[in-house]
Amino acid sequence: MRSGVTIFPGSNCDRDIIVALKNITGKAPIKMWHKDTEFPNLDLIVIPGGFSFGDYLRCGALAARSPVIKNIKNHISRGGAVLGICNGFQILIEAGILPGSLIRNKKLLFTCRDTMLEIQDTIISPFLSGLKKEHHLNIPVAHNEGNFFASETLLNELKNDGRIAFKYIKEVNNDTDYNPNGSSNDIAGILSKNGRVLGMMPHPERAINNLHGGTDGLKFLTKSFEQIIG
Amino acid sequence: MKVIVNISLKEGVLDPEGQAIKTSLSNLGFENLNDVRTGKQIILNFVNLEENEAVLEAKKMCEDLLVNTVIEKYKINILRN
Repeated sequence: MRSGVTIFPGSNCDRDIIVALKNITGKAPIKMWHKDTEFPNLDLIVIPGGFSFGDYLRCGALAARSPVIKNIKNHISRGGAVLGICNGFQILIEAGILPGSLIRNKKLLFTCRDTMLEIQDTIISPFLSGLKKEHHLNIPVAHNEGNFFASETLLNELKNDGRIAFKYIKEVNNDTDYNPNGSSNDIAGILSKNGRVLGMMPHPERAINNLHGGTDGLKFLTKSFEQIIG
Repeated sequence: MKVIVNISLKEGVLDPEGQAIKTSLSNLGFENLNDVRTGKQIILNFVNLEENEAVLEAKKMCEDLLVNTVIEKYKINILRN
């Protein structure tokens, strides 16, 4: 699989996803500096987590206006797959590639912990179709602005169109704190209309080794990559 | 010439920072508050533009970058010396 990872000033999860891509696919991704505009055709572009441009103005706002974004939009129009993780999700929204908004966590706290994700019924998507819905994924989040906000109309549209990828779910019945950020309808990740762009707040690249405390991220990434090249 | 852009969250968008400030203010005894909303101010210092041109330019900047119109609203004012 030919893949690329974008790098902005302030990206800090780029190395982790590069390691994950290399370990899983056997081939290192190309690094895509935000000012560069010439890249070979790729199967997958990952926009990693971090604090691009210091989160100035709004998270992802300045990165979303970088030269590399035009390349990402061309890649998408060719049917290429894009995975935006955490700050990458914020950038996809700021660039107008995914709808809605990611606002400050409800409790005003930077939240770094495991979350349990329920896989939703979606349109056909390489990121979801290799996964079994009954198997929940334990993947950590680490963010300050991950509270997905959208109008009722958009929330209904996303649901009816099968574009909600993941929801935070309770592990035990009386868990009142399972949603880490106050996200509308417990949304943790959404898809583009064609299902080939996924934005998600949880960090799968932080759950790829038993030393991380779990390997559900590895499972998710491996299945996704199989579908992208398949 | 300076143009001031005031950006705030739209009505109905959760403002947890405003809520936290309100709680803190009521702890200090300020009880006459229904709500506290926060925002940000951006001061644009233009050169070589007439007032109306500067306002138009600022409006375009708001739509292109400064404001997330999904959740935020803005007001543009000219700062006259």
